Amino acid sequence: MRYIPHTEEDIRQMLAGIGVNTVEDLFSEIPSDLRLKCDLNLPEALSEPELLRNLKTLAAVNATAENHLSFLGGGAYDHFIPSVVDQLISRSEFYSAYTPYQPEISQGTLQAIFEYQTLICQLTGMDVSNASMYDGASATAEAVLMAARVTRRKQILIADSLHPEYRETIATYCKYLGMDLVAIPFKENGRLDRAELAVHLGKQTAAVVVGYPNFFGVIEELAGLSDLAHAQGALLVTAVAEPIALGLLKSPGELGADIVVGEGQSFGMPVSYGGPGVGFFAAKQKTVRSMPGRLIGETKDINGKTGYVLTLATREQHIRREKATSNICSNQGMCALMAAMYLSLFGKKGIREVAEQNLAKATYAREAIAAVPGFTLPFDAPVFNEFVVETETPLDALMTRLEGMKILGGISLARYYPGMENRFLVCVTEQHRREDIDLLVTALKGGVA
Amino acid sequence: MSRVGTSGLQLNEKLIFEHSDAGRSGYSLPKLDVPPVRLPKELTRHEVTGFPEVSEVDVVRHYTRLSTWNYGVDSGFYPLGSCTMKYNPKVNETAARIAGLAGCHPYTPEHLSQGALELMFGLQNALAEISGFQAVTLQPAAGAHGELAGMLMVRSWQEAKGGKRTKVLIPDTAHGTNPASATLCGFEVVPIESGRSGVLTAETVAQFMNDDVAALMVTNPNTLGLFESDIKQICEIVHAGGGLVYCDGANLNALMGIARPGDMGIDVMHFNLHKTFSTPHGGGGPGSGPVGVAEKLIPYLPAPIVVKKGDTYGLDFDRPESIGRLRSFYGNFGVMVRAWAYILSMGADGLKFASQMAVLNANYIRSRLEGAYHLPHKHRSLHEVVFSDANLPNDCHTLDVAKRLIDYGYHPPTIYFPLVVKGSIMIEPTETESKEILDEFCDAMLAIANEAAENPDLLHAAPTLTRVGRLDETAAARQPCLCWLPEDYKA
Repeated sequence: MRYIPHTEEDIRQMLAGIGVNTVEDLFSEIPSDLRLKCDLNLPEALSEPELLRNLKTLAAVNATAENHLSFLGGGAYDHFIPSVVDQLISRSEFYSAYTPYQPEISQGTLQAIFEYQTLICQLTGMDVSNASMYDGASATAEAVLMAARVTRRKQILIADSLHPEYRETIATYCKYLGMDLVAIPFKENGRLDRAELAVHLGKQTAAVVVGYPNFFGVIEELAGLSDLAHAQGALLVTAVAEPIALGLLKSPGELGADIVVGEGQSFGMPVSYGGPGVGFFAAKQKTVRSMPGRLIGETKDINGKTGYVLTLATREQHIRREKATSNICSNQGMCALMAAMYLSLFGKKGIREVAEQNLAKATYAREAIAAVPGFTLPFDAPVFNEFVVETETPLDALMTRLEGMKILGGISLARYYPGMENRFLVCVTEQHRREDIDLLVTALKGGVA
Repeated sequence: MSRVGTSGLQLNEKLIFEHSDAGRSGYSLPKLDVPPVRLPKELTRHEVTGFPEVSEVDVVRHYTRLSTWNYGVDSGFYPLGSCTMKYNPKVNETAARIAGLAGCHPYTPEHLSQGALELMFGLQNALAEISGFQAVTLQPAAGAHGELAGMLMVRSWQEAKGGKRTKVLIPDTAHGTNPASATLCGFEVVPIESGRSGVLTAETVAQFMNDDVAALMVTNPNTLGLFESDIKQICEIVHAGGGLVYCDGANLNALMGIARPGDMGIDVMHFNLHKTFSTPHGGGGPGSGPVGVAEKLIPYLPAPIVVKKGDTYGLDFDRPESIGRLRSFYGNFGVMVRAWAYILSMGADGLKFASQMAVLNANYIRSRLEGAYHLPHKHRSLHEVVFSDANLPNDCHTLDVAKRLIDYGYHPPTIYFPLVVKGSIMIEPTETESKEILDEFCDAMLAIANEAAENPDLLHAAPTLTRVGRLDETAAARQPCLCWLPEDYKA
C-alpha cells in the first residue's frame, strides 16, 4: 500500500522491540467476542488510474455550469474563481496542518486567519469576527443561541423570507433548549412585514433574524428594523447567504445589526454540491466573550516580536466543557483562507465591480423575463442577483423543457413555500454573458435555442 | 543523531493591508455587457473601507510566504494525539476538484446529479460496513457537529419513549466537545471518573445508571489510547436501564477491520473523515462528521438522507420523526469525495492494515520512550500512547518538551489532554510513518529528556529556531486585538 511504508522486516523489528510476537498480539485487550470474524465487505482496492477513471465516470453524469446553462442560486453561487486561489490553497503547509495549537509553527495560518477576521469585519461593518463556522445556516443558529445568552431571553422572531434551510437549522439547534421561535411573514413586495413584527416584538424578544438579501433575493430595509429591535432590548441578527452583495450594499453593521452571519462560499469556493463553504460570524466588541468559535488575536513573543495566537479560549469547549459558548471545534479554516485570498485579490475595487455586475445582469434578466407573456414578478422590492418569477404554465413541465435545452432554469419554491407552486428563483451572476440570459429568455418564450 | 530541525532564511511578511496602495488590483472580469444599474442611494455603501488594494503578485507572494511559517503533515512528523494526522493522499485533492463533482450545484435536480448521489450512497454504505451500524448520515460538518446530531437523536428517541431523562454520563477522559454537545441538547452532564486503570468498568457505570440517565457518551478506544474492554457489558447495563450509548469515533483509526462499534452494542457514533479517512485538516477545517446509528435511531436521522430506489439515487426529505437539518444542503461534499477516494484506494485489506500499522507504531514509540517518560497507564496501547512529565527534573514540564521538539523539527504531540493525566503528552503516530521516522522522533524525545537533566535552559528557552518565540497568550486574552486597524484608527 503506497501510503503505508512498513516492510516486513520493519514490522519484525518493531514487534521484537515491543516484545510481542505478532501484530495480532497488540490487540489482546479487545475481547475475542468483539473481534470481527470476517473481512469488511468493501469494493476492491483501486490503483490511482482506476480510481480517477471511476470518479470521472461518476462526475460525468452530473449537470454543472460547464455542461449546462445554470441559473441556480439559493445559498450556493457560481462565481468566477481566479486561478490564484486554487494554486495558493494547494500549498500543503496550509491544508495539511491541524488547528494552530502550536503558534510558533502555525504563524502562517494564524496571520492569514487574523486577516480573514479583519476582512469580514470590514465587509460586515462589525468589530469582531471569529475564525469561521461550518456554514451560513449553522452560523445563523449559533447567532440565535448567542443572542439568547446575551439578552437572557428565549423568543426569536425569524423572517419567513430567511433561507428555508437556515430556518430549519435554527429549529434543530433550538429543539430542546426551550426557545420560542416565531415566524414573521413577508409583505407583498417580498420584504419583512414590520407591522407583524411589531405585534410579536417585546421585552421577551432575544433577536430578530432576517436575510440580507433574503431568500427571494430581496434587499431588506435593515435601517429601522434595528431601531425596532433595540427599542425592546432585542438584537438584530442579519444572515447573508450571498455576501457578494456586501460589495455594494450598506453594511449590516452600519445599519445597526448586532450579529452578522452568513455563507462565504461565494468568495472563491466551488459550489461542490453544497459544501464545504464557510460560515462567517461577526459581532460587536462588547459581546465578544459570548461569541462561539475560535478567535485569533495579535500579541508579542518573548522578544517583543509581533505574532498571532488562538485567544479567549476560555469560551471554548476544550476549556469550559459543558459551560462553553458552543460545542464547535473543527471549523472551516481552509475555506476561510480561500475567502481571504479571494477578497485580497478583488480588493476594494473588485468587490464593488463584481457586485455591480451581478446586480446589472440580474436586473437585465429580470426585466427581460418580466416582458415574456405568461411570466410575472411577484415581488417588486429591490433585489440583488436573485429574483422570484411566477409562471402560468406548470412549473415541472417548464423546467423539464428547459433541461432538454441544457438549461437549469432556477429553483422551484414549492418545497419550501406551500402556495408557491408556480414560482421559481432565478440567480444571475457575473458568470452569465448577455447571450446566456437572452438564451434563457428565448427558452421561456417557448422558442428553441 | 541527525536533526531535522535547522535554521534557514525566513522572509518577513506584512499584513496584506499594509501592502495596499490606492489604485492597485489583482483581478480581471469581462466588460459589463448589459446596462449598468444603480440601487437606491439609501441601500448603497460608498466603499468597503479598509479593503486592500494589491496586485496579483502581491497576493501570491504574501500567502506563499505565510505558508512557509506553517508546519503540516507534508512538512514532517505530526504526532498530535487524538487528531490522527495521517498523510493526506494527493489523488484525493485531484478527485475533489473534478469539474463534475466540484461544479455540481446542490439544487441540481436529482436525476441530473446521480453521480454525486451515487458517491454519497457508496460512502454511507462503506462507513456503515466499517462501523457495524445500520445507517449513516453524511450531513454533519465536523466531529462536534456529529455529536450534536447523535445526541439530538438520543433525546428524540427518549422523548418518543415518553421519558423525561435529563442526564448524560461522560467519563473524565472525554473530549470537551462531548459535554458541550450534550448541553446543546438540553442535557445535564454527569462526569464519571475513569479510575486508576484508565478504563471504565461495568461496575462504575452500573453505579451511575438510573432513571434520569438518557445516555452514556464514551470514546473507544478512549483518549488514553486504551480499549474499553468492558464495553459490551457497559452497553448492556445502559440499555437495561433505559439509556443509549453514544461513541465518539475520533479514535476509529485503531479498529478498522478489527472490531466494529456497532457490534459492541453502541447505538450511535460519529466518524471524523478528517482523521480516520485521510482528508486534510485544513489548518482547522473543513472536516466531516458522519453519524452511524443502530436500527432504532434510523427514524431520527437528519433529513435528507441519500436513498436508492431501483437503479436511481435520491434524497429522502420525507422523514417526519427526523431531528431536522443541521446545516444547509447535504454536508461537506468535497470532504466526502476525498474520503471515498481513500476508501476506494485502500480497500478492506488496506484499511485493516492501516489500523494494524497505526497500533504497531504507537506501541513501538511506547516501547522506546517508556522509562525516560512516565507512563501512567499500563494497559496495552492501541493507536496512541499517553505519557506524562512526572519524571522530568529541573522544573521542566510538558510544555517545555513540546517547544523543544519544535527545535528538533517535529510538530509536538497533544499536550495537557486528556485532563486525567497531569502534564499529559499524547502521541499518535498514525500508520503513514516509517520505522526510520519513528526512530528519529524517539531519539529526539530521549535527547530532550537528557537535556532536561543536564541543560534544562534549552527546554525553557525553546523554541529558538522558529520565526517567533513563545507568545504571550495572557496579554492576547487580556486586551484582545482581533482585527487590524489602520494606524490613524489606533490612536
